[in-house]
Amino acid sequence: SSQVVWDTLGNRQFCSYKITTKTQNFCRNEYNLTGLCNRSSCPLANSQYATIREEKGRCYLYMKTIERAAFPRRLWERVLLNKNYEKALEEIDENLIYWPRFIRHKCKQRFTKITQYLIRIRKLTLKRQRKLVPLRRKIERREKRREEKALVAAQLDNAIEKELLERLKQDTYGDIYNFPIHAFDKALQQQDAESESESDAEKEEEDDEDMDKREFVEADDSDLSDFEDMDKLETSSEEEQEVEEEVEKKASRSKSKGKAPLKGPARRKRPYLEIEYEKETEAATKTKAA
Amino acid sequence: GRGGVVAEDGGSSGPARVLFPPTFSVSEIKNKQRRHFMFLRWKQQQRKEKLAAKKKRRKEREALGDKAPPKAIPKTIENQRVYDETTVDPNDEEVAFDEATDEFAPYFNRQTVPKILITTSDRPRGRTVRFCEQLSSVIPNSHVYYRRGLALKRIIPQCIARDFTDLIVINEDRKIPNGLVLSHLPDGPTAHFRMSSVRLRKEIKRKGKEPTEHVPEVILNNFTTRLGHSIGRMFASLFPHDPQFIGRQVATFHNQRDYIFFRFHRYIFKSEKKVGIQELGPRFTLKLRSLQKGTFDSKFGEYEWIHKRREMDTSRRKFHL
Repeated sequence: SSQVVWDTLGNRQFCSYKITTKTQNFCRNEYNLTGLCNRSSCPLANSQYATIREEKGRCYLYMKTIERAAFPRRLWERVLLNKNYEKALEEIDENLIYWPRFIRHKCKQRFTKITQYLIRIRKLTLKRQRKLVPLRRKIERREKRREEKALVAAQLDNAIEKELLERLKQDTYGDIYNFPIHAFDKALQQQDAESESESDAEKEEEDDEDMDKREFVEADDSDLSDFEDMDKLETSSEEEQEVEEEVEKKASRSKSKGKAPLKGPARRKRPYLEIEYEKETEAATKTKAA
Repeated sequence: GRGGVVAEDGGSSGPARVLFPPTFSVSEIKNKQRRHFMFLRWKQQQRKEKLAAKKKRRKEREALGDKAPPKAIPKTIENQRVYDETTVDPNDEEVAFDEATDEFAPYFNRQTVPKILITTSDRPRGRTVRFCEQLSSVIPNSHVYYRRGLALKRIIPQCIARDFTDLIVINEDRKIPNGLVLSHLPDGPTAHFRMSSVRLRKEIKRKGKEPTEHVPEVILNNFTTRLGHSIGRMFASLFPHDPQFIGRQVATFHNQRDYIFFRFHRYIFKSEKKVGIQELGPRFTLKLRSLQKGTFDSKFGEYEWIHKRREMDTSRRKFHL
């Protein structure tokens, strides 16, 4: 009747374990010895059949005989094989004595293959294993958007330029860059800081005390009159300066630095002024302070 | 139709005479079309009110003239950032002491010269390989070695024996680099970053010529907290201590909202108030995932900081670097 089974399932009609490809037919049955769909390899079409299967690293020999064909539950007999390769082969021989050569041979082949891949698995688990971490789409999208927003907020070019200019101002580059205006600016800045601290001290006192002097200062805008005014102011309030100079110098120095950018128009005038009044640098600073 | 809508809801036919019961809200209407329509109308009304309020405010401001109160500062995420108690104060003594005795002290005392080994994960694809090459041209004194199945744990002692100070491993996924492991070698901390938006040199628009061999300057921006500080020092220790200003190259690590942007530029001072920069070299973004105390060891390492999504990503205004 195995012939009947083969004639119907194997060759002609539908077998659910059969997979056909262009060149070959495969058998998906888990008890199949070779994996191909053949008359001699089909577990359904052979009443005397044997396979090797492994479970959790141990190999078993499965056997099917014609006597048990009527009892599906007891059909496949299972024998645990020895862990030792040679001894297991002997066991296979012992169990499959008097069985057809084809099945014996194929069983041993299959057993060899299985042991080889088990060895490889064990070797690989000892080496470092690549751990696959799944990406979560929602989180990836969220991170991407946040990164874009952060990029926009960062304004990288501006930040870098600002930092570089800061470093230039703080003289980390030394003498490499000689911008004449820049150097002159710095030298003048220092002088200004000294004289401005005095004039700022005056200004603060005046704001507190005398309205008249303040009006005096503010009313005159032209440079020439400032000349005279500054002279008068300096001489008159020298005594007050000396008392409060040290206290206020620090505060006004920082103030002078803060005020420096405000004096933009005056600064722009300065190169022009300097060319004309080069000898009178002190006079220039006095006019500037007003 | 629309007339029917309004009639059912309030009993009037124009927006001016709409009367709703006081507890009415647009979301209670079951019909989607009508709900949508009412919502649009409500939105328009809101917009009109907002515009009117703005105009009124502007008029008041002009009327006051000089006495007007100063303009309010707009709220940004940086402004609203949740204050982190580990923010480093520049004058903090404890931090200064820590820095003098941590693993980067020999670098900052100029006892060691950085020597970097750049490598990838197994079987790098073209993009990663090119990125490694460009990265090694940007970082002076760096070497690229390919890993052909070598275990990291075994190459680390070899690196230490050959005097390398830092190890960079670029992890690849689907042909693009997406992770960076930066490990300071003689027993130093290991930082694991996620890398994104990698742009190679040829993809950068308006780029300059190739980076030269001069030692670039380093800019570290916005590393405020204690953690950020140590990461910043880690980056600083990649580059030799004395930048060659002749080269006019600058490498920037800018931290913004926990994303570290790396850029490599060449600068030129046009005047004392103006500087021009030109981008050369690769660019990428990093996000810190974990900081480990010893060298790279995924199983037994002692983690100083791990990014835990559930705990740390809860607030939009809380950043850790």
